[in-house]
Amino acid sequence: MRFGVVIFPGSNGDHDALKSIEHGLHEEVVPIWHKDTSIGDCEALLIPGGFTYGDYLRAGAIARFSPIMAAVEEFADAGGPILGICNGFQILTEAGLLPGALLPNSELTFRCDWINVRVESDRTPFTATLDPGSVLRLPIAHGQGRYVVTPQQLAELEANDQIIFRYTDSQGQEHDDFNPNGSTAHIAGVSNLRGNVVGLMPHPERAYDALIGGDEGLRILGSVVRAGLAAVRA
Amino acid sequence: MTVTITPEALREVALTQPEYDQIVELLGRAPSPVELGMFGAMWSEHCGYKNSRPLLKHFPTTGARVLQGPGENAGAVDIGDGLAVVFKIESHNHPSAVEPYEGAATGVGGIVRDIFTMGARPIALLNSLRFGPLDRPRNQYLFGGVVGGIGGYGNCLGIPTVGGDIYFDEKYNGNPLVNAMCVGIVEHDKIMRAKASGVGNLVVLVGADTGRDGIHGATFASVENPEESHRGVVQVGNPFLEKLLLEACLEALEVEGVVAMQDLGAAGLTSSIVECASSGGVGIEIDVQHVSRRERGMSAYEVMLSESQERMLIVVTEDALPQLRAIFDRWDLHSDVIGTVTDDGHVRILDGETVEADVPASFYTDECPVYVRQGVESPAIVAARERDLSDLADVTPAEVIPTLLQLLASPNICSREPVVRTYDHTIMSNTVTAPLEADAAVVRIKGTDKALALKTDCNPRYVYLDPFLGGQHAVAEAARNVSCTGAEPLALTNCLNFGSPEKPEGYFQLQQAVLGMAKAAEALGTPVVSGNVSLYNESGDEAILPTPTVGMVGLLENVARRARIAPIDGDVLILIGQQTATLGASEYLAIRHGLVAGSPPELDLAVEHNVQLLVRSMIADGIVRTAHDTSEGGLLVALAEMLIAADTGATIALQPLLDANAERLDRTCFGEAASRITVAVPSGRVEEVLKRAFDSELNALRLGTVGGDGMRIDIAGTAAVAELRETWESGLKVGR
Repeated sequence: MRFGVVIFPGSNGDHDALKSIEHGLHEEVVPIWHKDTSIGDCEALLIPGGFTYGDYLRAGAIARFSPIMAAVEEFADAGGPILGICNGFQILTEAGLLPGALLPNSELTFRCDWINVRVESDRTPFTATLDPGSVLRLPIAHGQGRYVVTPQQLAELEANDQIIFRYTDSQGQEHDDFNPNGSTAHIAGVSNLRGNVVGLMPHPERAYDALIGGDEGLRILGSVVRAGLAAVRA
Repeated sequence: MTVTITPEALREVALTQPEYDQIVELLGRAPSPVELGMFGAMWSEHCGYKNSRPLLKHFPTTGARVLQGPGENAGAVDIGDGLAVVFKIESHNHPSAVEPYEGAATGVGGIVRDIFTMGARPIALLNSLRFGPLDRPRNQYLFGGVVGGIGGYGNCLGIPTVGGDIYFDEKYNGNPLVNAMCVGIVEHDKIMRAKASGVGNLVVLVGADTGRDGIHGATFASVENPEESHRGVVQVGNPFLEKLLLEACLEALEVEGVVAMQDLGAAGLTSSIVECASSGGVGIEIDVQHVSRRERGMSAYEVMLSESQERMLIVVTEDALPQLRAIFDRWDLHSDVIGTVTDDGHVRILDGETVEADVPASFYTDECPVYVRQGVESPAIVAARERDLSDLADVTPAEVIPTLLQLLASPNICSREPVVRTYDHTIMSNTVTAPLEADAAVVRIKGTDKALALKTDCNPRYVYLDPFLGGQHAVAEAARNVSCTGAEPLALTNCLNFGSPEKPEGYFQLQQAVLGMAKAAEALGTPVVSGNVSLYNESGDEAILPTPTVGMVGLLENVARRARIAPIDGDVLILIGQQTATLGASEYLAIRHGLVAGSPPELDLAVEHNVQLLVRSMIADGIVRTAHDTSEGGLLVALAEMLIAADTGATIALQPLLDANAERLDRTCFGEAASRITVAVPSGRVEEVLKRAFDSELNALRLGTVGGDGMRIDIAGTAAVAELRETWESGLKVGR
């Protein structure tokens, strides 16, 4: 499968995204510059983390206006698999491709740690080969990761099976103590209605090798390869 | 020739009357205002090292692996496979005392630029912090701001902050220390230097616009009482812009025709142009009208002395200019051609038609005055060092565990988790050990089996009580920490933070500490390849504790063979090396008796080298997977840290150590010593360890076995590890 990693000014997770696909998954991957207007022949897109445009107005608020975003939206509309990680998640919510918003962490400080998430749905190409209820250990590193939706939106997300990851302990149990940023309903990742666009705050692309603390991120990145496009288009 | 100048005008540029007279003598005329400002910046301690230069000559700076020693933007050391590690540590103390967030942030920005100026990709950041006690609100504010600034800048750049050290003492009230270290990787043949060459080549200024911020920053860094100086000298950082500059510059270095690169740090355009011309043996002429600015009406003086951040100077051939420009255009950054390389050795500053400055570059650098002063040791410090500690009451067995808890909660020993969790340490996917997991940060080199081990260190109380011995300890402990991961210490960078060298007591500390560091660096085979000097760290009339911070870089040939501090249940704990500890200069003495007194631990550098070598070899051979240095708080604190890390207990026998410690419990449990490392090995490997230690003529003492949920000490009773952890984790509160 051919992946594309979209790079904006201030993206800093692009290296890890490229390396995790190349060295972790051994799949093809190309960088896509934000001033480009086409994603070429890529079959899956990663929007990596970082501080696009310094996060100066609001995380992701400026990047959504980059020239490449029209092509990203077109790809999303066509059912293409897109994974937004951290700042990439923020960009996708700002662009309206994902519901909800990401606010400063409840502790009001940046937090870097290894945490656990529970897979809530196998409906998306990025979780199609994972068992719901399984727990993945991943790093987080963000200052604005508190996922927020209205109670009504939350009910819709639940009803439509759009909650994809939740923060839990290592046994898959939810507690407030294991919610690193105060997200609504312990939500770590969501999808769009169709399920092809997924955003999450933890970093699967930094967990591709046991030597650097873990390789369970590959299960998310690898899922889309094994599931192919069939999971979405069926 | 006599030219008069007012004392106010001299104070503005931090020059003395004799220095001014020397400038007049050199030029054969009075300097223009721009020239005077440029001399003030270049002849400051920060740029000119006028008090420290004769001392720095004592450092060993060469070695088989050294590719670039002091004198460039950073040092470079060979790590095999055609790769070099490039690193440097630098202070940003004075700005952080005034505006902690921006002071610390721009400190990180400056050191990162030093690394990518050399053509290296920055892969790790560390920082060494010294503050007054956090029970003072002002210190809370400063500490919280600095931690926020370090994280804010480094996290945004996407360079992991992997390690460092933090220390608190009253003597840092009003003058905290913020030392930032950056480490990068580059292929040997891509190392770039800041030597301008090629008459007619173009001088290009790239990156941010130039504004009125930070004017006189270099001179500000070289005066006492930072809080009373003016606020406008502190620069404001823009990490987003730095990230663009970083990527664009690394791309630009691939362009054939780029002959030199020099970042704009202290003294801005002045120092970068002077350094580039001087080290290349050429002249440079620029016109300040071509410099993009943030505001109208800036004078040539302001442009030349602005310390606006995120700027870089590049010297490029005319042919290569379009290619260079295309790169900066792509990243939406300026690239202003501001001048050319000339053949007359002069730095000539034009403002349109007007010549504002015209002085040989060497006058700013080679002619900078040098002061060799007389140092005298403070009698009060001599008295404190010579105080007899044997009359102090020993702890009773029942007091040992309460004292251990008190030490674990001490700000100098307790967990750094509340700070390190605010720094991104996982980005770039190279970090092998998370902060606090090992005595030094371990960062892999992609595409090889190798890793770097990185650590900053300095026990300033040791240096205060005995600067020569304390200077040795700073180097030895940093090396020991690196060795505890299994890595071989290769080379070091240092940041010499001291009080005023104009006071004999201050100069004595600087001089003796440098000599001690030089001796240890020589003995341990770790040359000094870069560094920075920060003098005049005083508040009121009181100097800081002398703090020669060491940043040590080590190499792990095989990253699979490494050690961390957590042992495994069933492992046997063995103390390698020194068995005699002292209360002198210890954390215990400060906490329990409120005393900063006595002589720091003795240090035999040959034994130190041997202990480190033995532990490294046992890690490399796969025998040892757990090793921990024993520093502040002594042996019991070190063992507690290991058990907390592993979340397990142990039985520990200290009885055999009493004899070597004058039968004193306090010295045995909490006394400090160099040249000792606690390792943990499976029981089947114990004999092997004991034999190898014997063969190395080193002591090795079996202390006990890991397991259970209590720390069971033969001479003191049992402590629950959960309680030890809770106490250790509760010590540090970061304000916002």
